[in-house]
Amino acid sequence: MAEKKLMKGNEAIAEAAVRAGCRFYAGYPITPQNEIPEYMSWRLAEVGGHFVQSESEVAAINMVFGSAGAGGRAMTSSSSPGISLKQEGISYICGAEIPCVIINMVRSGPGLGGIQPAQCDYFQATKGGGHGDYRMLVYAPSSVQECVDLMYTSFDKAEKYRLPVMILGDGMLGQIMEAVSLPPMRDLNTIPKKKWATTGEGFGDTRRIINSLYIVPDELEAMNIKLQNIYDSMAVNETLVEEYLVDDADIILTAYGTVGRIAKSAVDILREQGVKAGLIRPITVYPFPTASFQKAASGKAKEFLAIELSMGQYIEDVKLSVEGKKPVRFFGRSGGNIMSPEDIVAFVTKENK
Amino acid sequence: MSIVFEKTSFLTDTSMHYCPGCTHGIAHRLVAEALEELGVKGHVVGVAPVGCAVFAYNYFNCDMQQAAHGRAPAVATGIKLTDPDNIVFAYQGDGDLASIGIAEIIHAATRGTNITVIFINNAIYGMTGGQMAPTTLIGQKATTCVYGRNAETNGNPIKVCELLATLTGPSYIERVSLGDVKSVKQAKKAVLKAFQNQIDGKGFSFVEMLSSCPTNWHMTPTQATSFVSNEMQNMFPLGVFKEVE
Ligand SMILES: Cc1ncc(C[n+]2csc(CCOP(=O)(O)OP(=O)(O)O)c2C)c(N)n1
Ligand code: SF4
Repeated sequence: MAEKKLMKGNEAIAEAAVRAGCRFYAGYPITPQNEIPEYMSWRLAEVGGHFVQSESEVAAINMVFGSAGAGGRAMTSSSSPGISLKQEGISYICGAEIPCVIINMVRSGPGLGGIQPAQCDYFQATKGGGHGDYRMLVYAPSSVQECVDLMYTSFDKAEKYRLPVMILGDGMLGQIMEAVSLPPMRDLNTIPKKKWATTGEGFGDTRRIINSLYIVPDELEAMNIKLQNIYDSMAVNETLVEEYLVDDADIILTAYGTVGRIAKSAVDILREQGVKAGLIRPITVYPFPTASFQKAASGKAKEFLAIELSMGQYIEDVKLSVEGKKPVRFFGRSGGNIMSPEDIVAFVTKENK
Repeated sequence: MSIVFEKTSFLTDTSMHYCPGCTHGIAHRLVAEALEELGVKGHVVGVAPVGCAVFAYNYFNCDMQQAAHGRAPAVATGIKLTDPDNIVFAYQGDGDLASIGIAEIIHAATRGTNITVIFINNAIYGMTGGQMAPTTLIGQKATTCVYGRNAETNGNPIKVCELLATLTGPSYIERVSLGDVKSVKQAKKAVLKAFQNQIDGKGFSFVEMLSSCPTNWHMTPTQATSFVSNEMQNMFPLGVFKEVE
């Protein structure tokens, strides 16, 4: 782990994917994530993998479907409008239980929106996004190092639960340069073989079929129940959260991703000013770290402040977790605007007067 | 007693759901026979479309993936690049390939991806109940053009082989017919060549099969095959549109 390098978020996450064993990437250019396909285009060739600049995001996600269905470690990346286009494919991937990784470096919306950072795809990422009853494991890293670390284990998690992992970043995270420790190159022989993958040997009883079509209602319901059970076990085993100075806090700031990091700085400033602030930063936004909120809501905290680069999406999960025990207030920016730690401090101190 | 005719081992024992007189069954048989004759057992992955052939994964005796509507060439691309030694084919209808999936087929073709695509052109949306397809003939009736397709209001049919033949990428493009026995024999040769090309690493190969949908054409099976041999062949001429040696 000694190797430290100064890298852009997008490039670091691409390198981490390669080191995690990713050997297939398909994607379509869109700002602010273009460094990922650009990096993959030469890097995958170096390690004997394949890169395709696809004709669209729709084609890209379906290429990932095919590659991952054949047992490879495959991923795609995009930003908001492109992720919208991938939704049918993501739904098929969930229905067919195919492990893969999808990166969304979120930009502001709706519509063509803008190219500046935002968190306005929160509902889409955490509640399903496409058609049908499905979820993904959704990571929300707040630094380039965290991008690398989460990316590195994403394929293992995707394969463990047989579902897509989404890395929910934003334009800021993709563009920022930070020093990172890169993990070692994964020996592909250590990746468990997938018995269900269409590797071509199937014949007669050994045929493998990758499919999401269930014509018989009882069979489809059984499939949906199976998926829900998987999500339940994921909630037990995979929920990640950072809690900072929560125990004695009067006010709990809560935010995820880059905003979580800005909020952490705000907590430090508030503490210096004598305001007992704390932070809950979900690292997985699905499954959601409900327990951290419930504990804080039953404890000393007087109130919560949900901070997000969207118009009131993240706050819904916070409220569901706090269960009305304490007030939850909202501080959001949108359109590509970002709050500074000082903006948060000003909001808290003004509101508290 | 000697065996004179057998079911090919590349088809499973599952009975097919296709309507009586539907040529999907013949097309399946041709693909399966070709795979068997080429001796590629244990190295094949097929991609089923959305359309009447969605259940193709129950019929072809090999590993199969079922793709989203129109996306079979993209799925096949992912499979092929992951296991380049496998023979990968996509089997698609005209709505699937020439309408919603027109971008995927054009780009798989222009990339020259070394896959084989079997295109079933029955000039109608079979599975959804007979709506107009991108290949529906001028004058042909469908549930969304009840007086017959009219170029002014419904646009003109797409000739996919001719379209793909303008590209540099494909190695082989042929249109065949399933309308009569002689044509079916030619179709078999085309399918064999399309797979042989893939084995030889020549790149993207494409076989369009003029097919029937007696159910949604509201015809008897014999009327339907005669429609294929006459009206359809008039609109969609048979032949090799591209072949790279
Ligand atoms: C995204 C999407 N749009 C529409 C459909 C509905 N649909 C199912 S099959 C089909 C048309 C199939 O027609 P074709 O490809 O010509 O195949 P055929 O049934 O005639 O063999 C349509 C529109 C779908 N499943 N998915
Ligand atoms: S609806 Fe048409 S294409 Fe579909 S199985 Fe019946 S005859 Fe064949």
